[in-house]
Amino acid sequence: MREGPGERLFAIGNVAFLTVLMIVMVYPLLFVLFASLSNANELTQHRGLLFAPIDFTLEAYRRVLQNPLILSGYRNTLFIVIVGTTLNVFMTALGAYALSRRNVLFKNPIMFFIVFTMFFSGGLIPSYLLVGQTLHMQDTLWALIIPGAMSTLNLIIMRTAFNAVPVSLEEAARMDGANDWTILFRIVIPLSWPVVAVMILFYGVGHWNAFFSALVYLRDRDLYPLQLVLREILISSNVQNMTTDVASGDVLAIGETIKYATIIVATAPILFVYPYLQRYFVKGVTIGAIKE
Amino acid sequence: MKIVEIVEPLPQRKAPGWWPTVRRDLRRNKHIYLMLLPVVVYYLVFHYGPMYGAVIAFQDFNPVKGVFGSKWVGLQNFQDFFSSVFFGRLIFNTVAISVLEIVFGFPAPIILALLINELRANPFRRLVQTVTYLPHFISVVVIVGMLFDFFARDGVANQLLSLSDPIAFMQSPEWFRQLFVGSGIWQQVGWGSIVYLAAIATIDSALYEAAKVDGANRFRQIWHITIPGILPTIVILLILRLGSVMSVGYEKIILMYNPLTYETADVISTYVFRRGVLQADFSFSAAVGLFNSVINFALLIGANRLSRRLTGSGLW
Repeated sequence: MREGPGERLFAIGNVAFLTVLMIVMVYPLLFVLFASLSNANELTQHRGLLFAPIDFTLEAYRRVLQNPLILSGYRNTLFIVIVGTTLNVFMTALGAYALSRRNVLFKNPIMFFIVFTMFFSGGLIPSYLLVGQTLHMQDTLWALIIPGAMSTLNLIIMRTAFNAVPVSLEEAARMDGANDWTILFRIVIPLSWPVVAVMILFYGVGHWNAFFSALVYLRDRDLYPLQLVLREILISSNVQNMTTDVASGDVLAIGETIKYATIIVATAPILFVYPYLQRYFVKGVTIGAIKE
Repeated sequence: MKIVEIVEPLPQRKAPGWWPTVRRDLRRNKHIYLMLLPVVVYYLVFHYGPMYGAVIAFQDFNPVKGVFGSKWVGLQNFQDFFSSVFFGRLIFNTVAISVLEIVFGFPAPIILALLINELRANPFRRLVQTVTYLPHFISVVVIVGMLFDFFARDGVANQLLSLSDPIAFMQSPEWFRQLFVGSGIWQQVGWGSIVYLAAIATIDSALYEAAKVDGANRFRQIWHITIPGILPTIVILLILRLGSVMSVGYEKIILMYNPLTYETADVISTYVFRRGVLQADFSFSAAVGLFNSVINFALLIGANRLSRRLTGSGLW
């Protein structure tokens, strides 16, 4: 198929535009990376964009990684991500399996009972009072895990995936004496692995990035997850405990590089796992878009 | 024994009364119901519990006395909200942000998907997708932290603009919406394009072949095949988006705003957060939240009905 000059121009323009768009997407993070590796005083002198670190130094990272709040934040976040995601995937798989079976008398009423919560909620304040006061989860990490034990949208995505598992396999397993638990964990989950992987990714990243529940329920700073520590450093500009040995005139400059280094330290784990999981998640998103 | 259980057919004729049917179902599906137990308990406690808890909107709730001991005040909290000076501003700000998001944020992923779809070179196409999906995974705290840094008075944005009088973007109410909506598009445009790319992938390639035979160039193919092919997806997503014009999330705003920018930044959900969580004004803020939930629910039902009428399909 020959292409006209207009089409060729469009193809070139399209590539050029998308290249610029990619730069717009990536550059802010690159800027942060370069700035975090720069000498603090020279960085404050610098105007405009950065294309490489200025006078390369790891000083800011040294200070960030010595900050006990960052370390406890990392520990708390890891706990929340591991325990929370395990609970999420387990609960979602149970619900998705049960609601994808045929011949379950109360399936549709239960499905309605669950899906209704996507469209109507009691609101922030009643939930806050329930979790914090009635259930006494204030100042525990459970307040960040249990109230979000599963997401309805993810339940629907997983149910759609489980529906696609051939019934014949399930029947064969049942002939061999397998019960529903065995079928779920030995057959359905392995066969739906790409979607289960997407669920792990969605829930895991969600826990890693969450800050709101922590902001609302936690007073004890030792329990702060990473994002809440980040919020103090980035948005409230609280860098005191990392600059105690700095002459007061330099605090501002070093504070800037500390902020950049904190962003990188908190975002790097996601950037590392992202390329490996990318091939899975497109599938998860598109399955979610399929209607029943 | 187990074989008998699964071969056993569903009752064809009407059973005498419902109990035998239920009992047979419970026995056959006992593991299924065991699996559903934690799920149902979770929804009951953490979703229906707060719906019940929302009755404090009709009370003068006192945490010490609890829901049962607090005084009932009818619609007093709602009246207070409707007559407060904040009412108009909150509604306006919420709708204004939503409208900007719909006007600028809704078409962006569609256009991106169309452009990505026109790429023939596969490695480049994958690169574009990888890069544009990435910001979706960055935490909102980091995004807002970068906004504060880049748009500070001495930040990169001002350095590049090099005005004689630098703009304090983050402290200016007239810049809040642009920064909020703009950074939202930056973060979500790639992710949002996935669903459209998936819709494009389902278009029958024979249509394109036929169009080529008829001499249609790329633009005509986009206009006459690709866009009509994804139009149902566009319409459904647009209608659903319209159904949520009154819900703007608080998470990003409470990180971004400050008293200087409340004038344009304060929306219903952030107001509920401030009055309820920060000022412990539980009944009043629960009333505002319930008002918002009811509006959202009504809008969603309306949007779904519209979708069914226009496209023949909706959420339910």
